[in-house]
Amino acid sequence: MTDLFRLTDVEKSYTRGKEKISIFDKLTMRIEEGDFVAIMGPSGSGKTTLLNLLGGTDKANKGEIEFDGKRIDNLSEGQLTAWRAANVGFIFQFYNLMPILTAAQNVELPLLLTKLSPKKRRDNVATALKIVGLEDRAKHRPREMSGGQQQRIAIARAIVSDPKLLLCDEPTGDLDRTTADEILGTLQVLNRDLGKTIIMVTHDAQAAKYAKRTLHLDKGHFVESELAA
Amino acid sequence: MASLLNQIGAVTALNVRSIPQRAWMSIASIVAVALTIAVLLFFLALAQGLTRTVEGSGSDDVAMVIRSGSNAELNSVVSRDQLTILSSGPGVMQRASRPLASGELLVIVDGLKRSTNTKANMPFRGIGAEGLALRRGVTITQGRMFSPGSNEIVVGAGLIREFAGFGFGETVRIRGSDWKIVGVFEAPGTVFESELWADVAVTQSLFNRPNAYQTMRVQLASPEAVAPFKTWADADPRLQGLEILSERAYYARQASQSNQFIVIAWVLGILMAIGALAGAVNTMYSSVATRSAEIATLRIIGFSGWAAFFGTMVEALALSMMGGILGILIAFVAFNGRTTSTLGSGFTQLVFKFDLSPPIVITAIVMAMVIGFVGGFFPGIRAARQRPQLELAAQ
Repeated sequence: MTDLFRLTDVEKSYTRGKEKISIFDKLTMRIEEGDFVAIMGPSGSGKTTLLNLLGGTDKANKGEIEFDGKRIDNLSEGQLTAWRAANVGFIFQFYNLMPILTAAQNVELPLLLTKLSPKKRRDNVATALKIVGLEDRAKHRPREMSGGQQQRIAIARAIVSDPKLLLCDEPTGDLDRTTADEILGTLQVLNRDLGKTIIMVTHDAQAAKYAKRTLHLDKGHFVESELAA
Repeated sequence: MASLLNQIGAVTALNVRSIPQRAWMSIASIVAVALTIAVLLFFLALAQGLTRTVEGSGSDDVAMVIRSGSNAELNSVVSRDQLTILSSGPGVMQRASRPLASGELLVIVDGLKRSTNTKANMPFRGIGAEGLALRRGVTITQGRMFSPGSNEIVVGAGLIREFAGFGFGETVRIRGSDWKIVGVFEAPGTVFESELWADVAVTQSLFNRPNAYQTMRVQLASPEAVAPFKTWADADPRLQGLEILSERAYYARQASQSNQFIVIAWVLGILMAIGALAGAVNTMYSSVATRSAEIATLRIIGFSGWAAFFGTMVEALALSMMGGILGILIAFVAFNGRTTSTLGSGFTQLVFKFDLSPPIVITAIVMAMVIGFVGGFFPGIRAARQRPQLELAAQ
């Protein structure tokens, strides 16, 4: 397997008033293509900051971040935006669907960043909705769907442009156990059958079991790693 | 480029379609813009109506003779001898072997305004036998012209609309004399519709102004004949101290009064626009704040800051446009075409109509757009600068 991500000596800190708060100090890690990684850790351990760095929504102060063999840490804001659109699908804890758009319109959003024709966009949306099993809900608005269905729509939105990488920020944090298991099962299918690399931040040990391996973060360092059962 | 247009279209549609979620704030912003536009239009239409009425009153081929330095007819004097000399000037048209000229006397009389039930000045004009012929746009629509040498008057239709007690057939008492109203005339869009007309000789007699004239109107062969007529008069020592200009030029000069209304329109309009602007900015900042998770989500997905900026701008412009259209509708319903009156240059009431012409309406739309543009610009920048971070998307 080739490395999809390679982080070398990454440093990240914030300044609050006169105080400098260090999140990562020389963090080094690798994530292989096709991996499904759960990242766990207490609040403030740097989970979301790591996800921001991996997703190109934040920049490191120092160090190198390579994606698919190319550095992304030195890209400009605009280049990072384009990179995200082409390579990353995001799945949020609270789904983050646009309430006034239908399911299909929500799923179509990332495709508006491409040069695809409207017809091709419609076809891709239909395919994505079929993968998550909600093709019959295409014209429904988020408020007309359950939490689990909304998260499936969010997953369809994340995969519709066929990115290599899915970044999930507490994807089951707002769902009951049964629904959470369904969503995690869907993520497993995307990883196993479609080869998507998935990095999932979670507090839920049960959820982490769906990943191939779990990384534990504490105060900006990985303290242990384990393979899923 | 196509992608950016797609992004802008999508974000704009999101913003505009979510306006109902911020209904009250949006309505307040729309109403503020609407009131601003309505007030601006009120004064601009007032100024436009006044200008059109005054400027539209004169003819190019009628020479107007007044005393030099007189700003208005009331403080002008032309003697009977001068009248006689001027009647024989070059280019003066004849009718039935008589010069087509009219010596006129304007006096002020009281009338009761219908709208306020208070007294106001009305212009009472004594005109010569050819006075009606010199005013080509004037038609007697009811009754007949007054008979020379009689206590009869004809009344402008505009004056009847504004003042009580001057209906056709009525007898009115003015300065101790009874006058019979024998006719009503119309002269659309001119100052004449605000006047009472009577025989100049009777007017001189009953107002105790014997042989006094203030102005003279002379029908010339063509507009080009005004200059030679003036040159001729300037060369005659008996006509020194008189100013000769075309009737249209005279009224154009009088129209400068309407500039005051234009100044008031813009001062008030701009002051109110600042208020409306504050409302628009507030609404748009609120819009950006309530959509911060949406904006962050779109930015994370890969939408550019430009899309967020333009989306906010278009929302602001849409709200302002709605306010502008509402303001224009209010103006059309409330006062377009309505008759009003103001104190004219002769200290008399001048009746005219509010005139919402297309250029004025376009001015109002531009004003609304300016409010929208400025109101959306800074919130748009805030939206564009919002960082695409997961913490913001989770709020």
